Amino acid sequence: MITFSKQQLKIPKLQRPVYLVTAGQSKFDRAFPDKRTEELCIEAFTMAARLLNISPAELKRYIHSCYYGHFADHFGDQLLGESVIHDRLGLDPLGNVGVKTGGATGGSTLWEGMKAVASGYSDCVLVMGWERMDEVPTDEGNFLISCAADKDWESPLGHIYTGYYAVMAQRYWQIYGKSEDSFRRTLAEISVKHHGYARFNPFAQSPMKITVDDVLNSPVVAYPLRALDCCLMSVGAACTILCDEDTAVQLTKNTKNKPLRIWVAAGSHTLRPADRQNMEIPLLPNETANQYKDLGERFPGGDRYPGFTGFLAARIAAYYAYGMAGITDPTEDLDVVELHDAFTISDVQTYEDIGIRPYGYGREYVESGDCYHTNPHTGQPGKLPSNLSGGLIGCMHSVGATGIMQTFEIASHIWNRWEELHGDEKIWQQFKRVKPSDWTNLQVKDAKRGMAISHAGVGSHVTSTILMDPDHLIK
Amino acid sequence: MSTFGQVFVKNNKYKPKGDFHHLTPNTPIRDADGDWKLLGITNPRDMTYMHSYGGEAIFFESLSKGKIMATRCDHTDCDSKGTIYIPFRIHCPDCLSKNSVIDLTTIAQKTARIHTFMVCERSGAFNLLDKPIKFINIEFDGVATILMSYLSLGEPKFDMKVIPIFKTSVPTFTILDLSWVPEGTTEEQLPEGFSF
Repeated sequence: MITFSKQQLKIPKLQRPVYLVTAGQSKFDRAFPDKRTEELCIEAFTMAARLLNISPAELKRYIHSCYYGHFADHFGDQLLGESVIHDRLGLDPLGNVGVKTGGATGGSTLWEGMKAVASGYSDCVLVMGWERMDEVPTDEGNFLISCAADKDWESPLGHIYTGYYAVMAQRYWQIYGKSEDSFRRTLAEISVKHHGYARFNPFAQSPMKITVDDVLNSPVVAYPLRALDCCLMSVGAACTILCDEDTAVQLTKNTKNKPLRIWVAAGSHTLRPADRQNMEIPLLPNETANQYKDLGERFPGGDRYPGFTGFLAARIAAYYAYGMAGITDPTEDLDVVELHDAFTISDVQTYEDIGIRPYGYGREYVESGDCYHTNPHTGQPGKLPSNLSGGLIGCMHSVGATGIMQTFEIASHIWNRWEELHGDEKIWQQFKRVKPSDWTNLQVKDAKRGMAISHAGVGSHVTSTILMDPDHLIK
Repeated sequence: MSTFGQVFVKNNKYKPKGDFHHLTPNTPIRDADGDWKLLGITNPRDMTYMHSYGGEAIFFESLSKGKIMATRCDHTDCDSKGTIYIPFRIHCPDCLSKNSVIDLTTIAQKTARIHTFMVCERSGAFNLLDKPIKFINIEFDGVATILMSYLSLGEPKFDMKVIPIFKTSVPTFTILDLSWVPEGTTEEQLPEGFSF
């Protein structure tokens, strides 16, 4: 039984408030045969400067240190890729560091950047992430991704990461989904939603107007997961600029970008699900110990936590982040979220880990319509819309950039700039993509607070990034 | 004539011997939609890593002898004393003292059952297993962890009793030397090279 000490459960404290003032991103796609990675990073950085109505050169003058998220060196066959990008951005001789935590790399990079500002080391930092996953054939790409599993105990088993994930999906599907067709259709609905929202996002790689049956009839990858249940393999870059209060005020003066308070917290758990030992469920502020006492009776087989059905790292990241930002109930306190939908099943698991729904009841978040921009059952705004970008399933999973793209999306809602940043015809034309005739503005009305969850592997690292309008803080 | 590369350790140093590098020239990548202009270059390359099993070597050696070894914390002052780990953990994750190596073969033969599973239709490059791959995660009585492996015969389901089999003939000295079959499987039914 694993237990935690009082010291380990301390809510992190920042030495001073940290603000996100701008963000930018490149187009995301499966491959860019005509572009080097630095071109994508410069595209993202230039956009971030443009949102502040200044030139890239002017923005660079504020930056004091740089944090680069890039997970898979072996994809691009280039060690010290951070140094390449840093040089091409013209940021030498500033200090910079690379961050690598698998799928959570983007979130972890934000975590490092936030700490640099909070500690006083820097007043303004660049947080930039990217991934280059098109330099090997797809099957070799799958091999390289499987290297994120244990090389002796897991990777030789097929060299296919989806398989290592799918054993968890199977367990969740049978225990909490009770193998019901209705649950399988709920999973498919997530894919329909995310590919559908991607249609309104010019940056997104996989816009699709599909049905639940299309998902259920897509090729099996690892049953019950099918091709349309899985995230994308992507190339692209995203960045943000984090500052102290004085710099934030200076940089955002006379712009549409309001400085947003940012908190980032992180959790971890075993690389191998095999090593997960049984423990009591750590509780979030909106939960009580009693509510899980009979979990194993309600869901036979569900008495082992986190087992293969929960992500302890996500729960711990949420615990720290909620404590830092004063959140007591994510559904009530937040207006919009971007979750790490590596697979439809892990999206559902995450609803429970971060307290949007209790363990065992994640499906309700979808089935109630709460997760939609507009609740399909009521026609009213969804209670807590998720993944309006299209997420990893519809928009992208350019690993080092993913958590930063999610944060960009949350910020665009709180700035009330979502329509401008996704609906402008010029962006669609620039990316050689066709804006759909039924394009819909997904701006969440009056959004003041949001969260992005960045997640690695089968739950080895998870970060929770919370953004708030500083005039609508909880504490 | 080239020989497969092999590595020995002598005087605490790796001694590679044989042909490790199969050279293939770079080739241009051209744009079939744009006048065949140059876009990039292929960089083909074979690599051989020399990887130490360290304190886990006994586990992989034992598979070739038909045994599953696990580890147990026996440190008197540790809260996790008596906890058994498979996958093998060289050190206790709690007190960090060196674990004792124990033979889990009999317990595995008597108590192994499927915790969860997955039938995987696809694989990455360099996969050596036949598809579909039946991943299984196995519980054992008295063991804190759940081992990932693969089922060689039958269809997996929750709580199904399974028996370990070992590639004792021409072993690979990897985790692939351990597989599982449903209880009741006979020796004649086992895949080539495997035995109980």
